[in-house]
Amino acid sequence: MLYIPGNNPAMIQQGGIYGADSILLDLEDAVALNQKDAARTLVRNMILVTDFYDSEVCVRVNHLSTPFGLADLEEIVPLQPSAIRYPKTESPEEVIELLNIIERIEDRHGLPHDKMTLHAMIETAMGVQNVFNIASKFSRIDAITIGGQDLTADMNIIYTPDGTGIDFARKRIVMAAKASHIDVIDTVFPDVNDEEGLRRETEYAKKIGFTGKAIINPRQIDVVHEVFTPTDEEIRKAYRIVKEWRSNSAAGIGVFAIDGKMIDAPIVARAEYLLRLANVTVG
Amino acid sequence: MKPKIPAQSGTFESSDVIVLIEPLPNRSGRKIEISSTVMKQYGASFRQIVDEMLDKYEMTDIHLIAKDKGALEPTIKARLETAIKRSLGQQEGTLT
Amino acid sequence: MLNSLGREIPEYIEGIGKLEPFQGALTKLSKGWMDEPTIPAPNKAYLPHQSKLCKTLEEAIIRSNPHNGMTVSFHHHLRNGDILLVQTLTILHNMGIREITLASSSLNECHDPILPYLVDGTVTRIFSSGIRSELGHAISKGVLDTPVVIHSHGGRVRCIHTGKIQIDLAVIPASAADCEGNATGSHGKSAFGSIGYAVIDARYAKQVIVVTDNLVNFPCIPLSISQNFIDHVVLVDSIGDASKIATGTTRITNSPMDLRIAKLAADVIEHSGFFVTGFAFQVGAGGASLAVAKFIREKMKKKGLKGSFMLGGITSYCVDMLNEGLFETIFDVQSFDAVVSNSLLNNRHHIEIPAALYANPFNCGCITNKIDVVVLGALEIDVDFNVNVITGSEGKIRGASGGHSDTASGAKLTVVVCPSFRGRIPIIKKRVHTIVTPGETVHVLVTERGTCVNPAFPELEANLRKAGLNIKEIHDLEIEVDKITGIPAPLEYTDKIVGVVEYRDGTIIDVIHQLKEK
Repeated sequence: MLYIPGNNPAMIQQGGIYGADSILLDLEDAVALNQKDAARTLVRNMILVTDFYDSEVCVRVNHLSTPFGLADLEEIVPLQPSAIRYPKTESPEEVIELLNIIERIEDRHGLPHDKMTLHAMIETAMGVQNVFNIASKFSRIDAITIGGQDLTADMNIIYTPDGTGIDFARKRIVMAAKASHIDVIDTVFPDVNDEEGLRRETEYAKKIGFTGKAIINPRQIDVVHEVFTPTDEEIRKAYRIVKEWRSNSAAGIGVFAIDGKMIDAPIVARAEYLLRLANVTVG
Repeated sequence: MKPKIPAQSGTFESSDVIVLIEPLPNRSGRKIEISSTVMKQYGASFRQIVDEMLDKYEMTDIHLIAKDKGALEPTIKARLETAIKRSLGQQEGTLT
Repeated sequence: MLNSLGREIPEYIEGIGKLEPFQGALTKLSKGWMDEPTIPAPNKAYLPHQSKLCKTLEEAIIRSNPHNGMTVSFHHHLRNGDILLVQTLTILHNMGIREITLASSSLNECHDPILPYLVDGTVTRIFSSGIRSELGHAISKGVLDTPVVIHSHGGRVRCIHTGKIQIDLAVIPASAADCEGNATGSHGKSAFGSIGYAVIDARYAKQVIVVTDNLVNFPCIPLSISQNFIDHVVLVDSIGDASKIATGTTRITNSPMDLRIAKLAADVIEHSGFFVTGFAFQVGAGGASLAVAKFIREKMKKKGLKGSFMLGGITSYCVDMLNEGLFETIFDVQSFDAVVSNSLLNNRHHIEIPAALYANPFNCGCITNKIDVVVLGALEIDVDFNVNVITGSEGKIRGASGGHSDTASGAKLTVVVCPSFRGRIPIIKKRVHTIVTPGETVHVLVTERGTCVNPAFPELEANLRKAGLNIKEIHDLEIEVDKITGIPAPLEYTDKIVGVVEYRDGTIIDVIHQLKEK
């Protein structure tokens, strides 16, 4: 997920060329307070005419408690981007209020309530505490993400490259996402020149269950893709597992072995998930 | 409509355009100054967009200066809209 | 008369002579010999133990029989750090010499100070592979009566062989030289590496001056230029600023756009069928073109692939690849920084080559004939894959033909890399302002928004599509870009011709018209 500041036309117009899975046009923290209106208008215009090719377009709006949030929603919801990212989500009540406003706007424009989805950003201690209730209760929320910078600020700790301070938060957020069967995206790695550090952090994120990572510079895309994309080897194995499972199930055989390893339902589920990630169907 | 206050939008970055608006005394009409890094190729179409935008908001007694660094059309229109609305006091923004 | 690309070429131009229209990249070569007669090189005789040393550049010039209408030549190995071209022309101007023909292998921003000499008639004709900055702009506006002749690096050698360029005086800066004129650029405080462009000048000029800021004991090794062609030798305080050779072109770019294009180009090369053991490779000096080398290097390491040689303008990145064993040899006609000069001096497999061996098509085969993959830039490219590297979007002369058409004609795979638009100006056009490299020699265009394959190479296109690359029809991409940028208003020209662009075989591939100033 490539972050693009919403007041930067040069970056927005090139947003789609990097092959990022999704692009986040940011009206919130990347835009100065006195340029919020300019960014909103620019992003609206750009979404209307720019081809972002295969990248999904999300927009991060300002929080409803700011003078800008409502105006952002009024402008952006009718454009129906892939998703709206909501910052500093702290409670299910907030989400209800947000969804009410979104649906009202959609009604006014004759738009359905189930096309555009919502990403909830967890960036405060309270948000971390309430994360399961936020993640599980709303069909329109299809991803939650952790905002590391703001979270360390809210916790009054210093950001360290090893991420110790936010480790519990990361894991708790992942767990809530898994229990709710939605995607969960890790926070940005700010040092653009440290490729090794990015790879280490991304591999850790993948290991503990994140399904994607936010990036702030196109140079980071390749590393994140490499870490999260299943290798050819993994895909071949998964394909074999699913294929044999299907033919064995049809023959009434429940549990079987491949290369001496027992293959049961959870392993098959994991293999099917991986094939979906890799866009491979079993013939 | 006439601009109430001076207003500005855009940045000096490449692919962006700075739009400066000032009110003029009554019955001054429109004073428009455009400079652009791609004046030869897009100067005429730029001027057309400015005229159309000012017509849309029915602006008069307005001094508009645009300094363009190769902004694409949606950017030009966005910056014009923002500057106009700020000059009408409809939006918060900044002069400097 | 129309040439085979549909460009109108006059039959004759005063001050240049009869013009032959371009009729295809290999048409003249296919004959197997060159039609044009060659002129003899000068025959001189020197008594033993004569001194060639002059106290000043001015003294050397006085001894070299300067006269009105003379042709003076220079090499451009010091690129933007050169000072001797301006110094020489100033001396000649102050001596009252007029109607000079300037034949520098290229011209850079550092040569802008000679503009007054174009205005006042000191310099009346120019031959060069490239012209930039104020000079380029002034020439576009029509400051000279006779059109400039733009040639390729290989074409310059042919011009000198046939007498199209008849050099009266060659001034050759060298970073090391001895009292007899043996000279090199490979060591010394102003080292610039290969001196390949100057070799032909030394052979054919009626008078040759070697200028150095580092007079070494006899003999100067290596003998990149040898004493049997040198008339005068001058020691000066400085031949120029070697640190200005690179001006940022030799680092791998940080620009996300250029890196993206470079990555896509490397993918194209990988799946082209030419990325095989022993392949020969050439990249341009900066931007996306050089960055392709970074990705190719990674791919070569991953696949355990070894290449045969690298060619061209050589950067330190190429030297790294040589030292890593990824390639066996470097053929260097122009060195871009100190690391390269050092490698040239010390590594047997880093070989200095003259322009004739590099790119002159009229011989038994120059090295560009053996290139497999070349990556080139472009100022503009059109839907027929013709490339413009000489005139910018404003119609000003601001680039160079250089080795572009030479390498494209030889490479099995010519990859042009460029963004689809720069600062709102589309780079892909229906028709480029000026054709330098004909589309028939260009195989692939790689931009950030898609890759286009020349329809003359369907097998290549099939390979790339099979590999899942983002292939688009160039007409479609052109329309897509126009929609993004808006269609620019066409530029206006007069009928006056200010420049003539030679293809490497001497035929005229295009002409440059004077810009209409409002």
